[in-house]
Amino acid sequence: MNAPIGHYQYDSVDRDFLAARIDEFADQVARRIDGALTEDEFKPFRLMNGLYLQLHAYMLRVAIPYGTLDSRQMRMLAEIARTYDRDYGHFTTRQNIQFNWIRLEDTPEILRRLASVDMHAIQTSGNCIRNVTSDQFAGASADELVDPRVHAEILRQWSTLHPEFTFLPRKFKLAVSGSPEDRVAARFHDVGVIARPGPDGTLFRIFVGGGMGRTPAVGKEIFDSVREEDLLATLEAILRVYNAHGRRDNIYKARIKILVEALGIDAYREAVLAELAQMDMALYRLTPDMVAAIRARFAAPDLTAPPDATATFEADRARHPAFDRWTRSNTHPHRAPGYISVTVSLKPAGGIPGDATSSQIDGLADLADSYSFGELRITHMQNVVLAHVRQDRLFDLFQALDELGLATPNVGLVSDIIACPGLDYCALANSRSIPIAQKLSARFGDPTLQEEVGRLRINISGCINACGHHHAGHIGLLGVDKRGEEFFQITLGGRSDNNAAIGEILGPALPEDDTVDAIARIVDRYLSIRELGETFLDTLSRLGDAPFREAAYETA
Amino acid sequence: MKRLELSTRAASTVDAVPFAELAEHPRARGVVLTSDIAWDALKPYLARLDLIVLTFPIFRDGRGFTQARALREYGRFTGEIRAEGHVLPDQANHLRRCGVDGVMLGENADDAPWHRELRRFSTVYQRAIGDVTPP
Repeated sequence: MNAPIGHYQYDSVDRDFLAARIDEFADQVARRIDGALTEDEFKPFRLMNGLYLQLHAYMLRVAIPYGTLDSRQMRMLAEIARTYDRDYGHFTTRQNIQFNWIRLEDTPEILRRLASVDMHAIQTSGNCIRNVTSDQFAGASADELVDPRVHAEILRQWSTLHPEFTFLPRKFKLAVSGSPEDRVAARFHDVGVIARPGPDGTLFRIFVGGGMGRTPAVGKEIFDSVREEDLLATLEAILRVYNAHGRRDNIYKARIKILVEALGIDAYREAVLAELAQMDMALYRLTPDMVAAIRARFAAPDLTAPPDATATFEADRARHPAFDRWTRSNTHPHRAPGYISVTVSLKPAGGIPGDATSSQIDGLADLADSYSFGELRITHMQNVVLAHVRQDRLFDLFQALDELGLATPNVGLVSDIIACPGLDYCALANSRSIPIAQKLSARFGDPTLQEEVGRLRINISGCINACGHHHAGHIGLLGVDKRGEEFFQITLGGRSDNNAAIGEILGPALPEDDTVDAIARIVDRYLSIRELGETFLDTLSRLGDAPFREAAYETA
Repeated sequence: MKRLELSTRAASTVDAVPFAELAEHPRARGVVLTSDIAWDALKPYLARLDLIVLTFPIFRDGRGFTQARALREYGRFTGEIRAEGHVLPDQANHLRRCGVDGVMLGENADDAPWHRELRRFSTVYQRAIGDVTPP
């Protein structure tokens, strides 16, 4: 097969490293079994290899760096789902995939099979720098200024088994974007990096201290214009301050956001500058040669399209209304003439957000080969992107997706719901997230209704740890336990874009079915009071939440 | 207790006094630095020290890695840095690459996993202050 176009091409050094890492993990499993490692000692090491102990079984979270993978890797994920799980996998909000029904004794073999296609589960969990996320339209989007994958890969490598930052106070999440439109939720990460071109090379705007969880915080700008050569030194300095001073006495107060809040962003910046003033900058310099060497590992797709590609596409749209509707919601403008990016929804009406069967995963790999240079991306909205599709072939792709049951026209709409695994899987959850997500997506399943409602994002978390990012949902739902019954607290107004904000609680929590009804009334109220062209968030910011509170809690 | 080597720097034979007593012992050439004390508290004393012992109350407390690296990089400390307390073989390369020279183990501890870890990886993905070949 050809070199992968979307991600870094491994060489023998990278493959030897993965093999050694798996040997190390097998050694750790053996030492756990013979008692040399206690369970408390083993736990962080298995977590740093992506292995969790859930409510019913082990869960393995496989890294998909910056969300990008090739069809060969995608097929391996399908094979693992078939062989070691219950024939499906779950794509996550961190652009990774989780297998929820794994046996501990199978994991070294699963890791070896992943390594055979240059994949791993390194640092998908644990109190370390986690797998780096990025823009799902990287290298494709019409609005992109800098392709963020090169720097995302540089950060992936820099953070891999970092000697100083592997035993941090708490987990540490990085996102990198190269577009003026924030699609990576940069302000909701421990560190969010936004690249842009400068007069003398790439510049980086850096946010620090964002996050969800029980203490949600919007990240604050620590630096506006870090030069490329200083990028690694700056991140080292930010992490040094955190590793030395972050709280270790209470895991709920151990994230960097708590330290940034406690010190204030100005004092945090001063502390970082004091580190930088002492650092041996030459040791950490990211040189143009180093960047070029990483960039050279990415192959570029040949994006030539026939001159009539767009005309053919427009004619297809005019002939087929269902295709036209799907195009409106599920595509994104491409930088190359005659090309378009496609988001495949993994949110069918009544389905489980982010789940895909092995045959769907295989099917997507085949379609990637036929339509998008063998490349796929996982989005933090738990969907799949085929980034480089020729416009004159889009209708064929739509039909093929429809046959796989993957042509739901709802990306960015009300049934494109993000939900955490919830009490169906998770040992931390207070409530189930999946059933209410299914009820809501079935309630709003009608494509015409969804399109009329327009851009509206629902996020559901089954507990205060907020893995479903309810704080960032236009409508957020938080599951709470009230004397053994599952209730949901509604928040409105959260968003993770350039105007990132944390949603505000609307009123008392409601039981599951009442919550579904309340949301339906909130949506109805929006439709009746919006002004022409207003999104849900526009109407909310114009009128405040009073009309929606009134609608949500009215009793018939 | 026995000492396991992480670097080729010769082990120091001096005694280490607790940091709180360092000022009262003008001739002390070794100190024990607990993980809650910033490395730069040692700045006035570095020139006369041959040994700094970093303590790990639990292996998950990673402050010692930052202390060690800062002592080497910012303090230009060239004496021995030793790790004591709860450390695991799986941290051998992290300690070594942050500039730690040796680790104190119980008399009956198994050295073999430490030696396996020191030889585990033939590549690293970032530059570090203690990047020397393991002993």
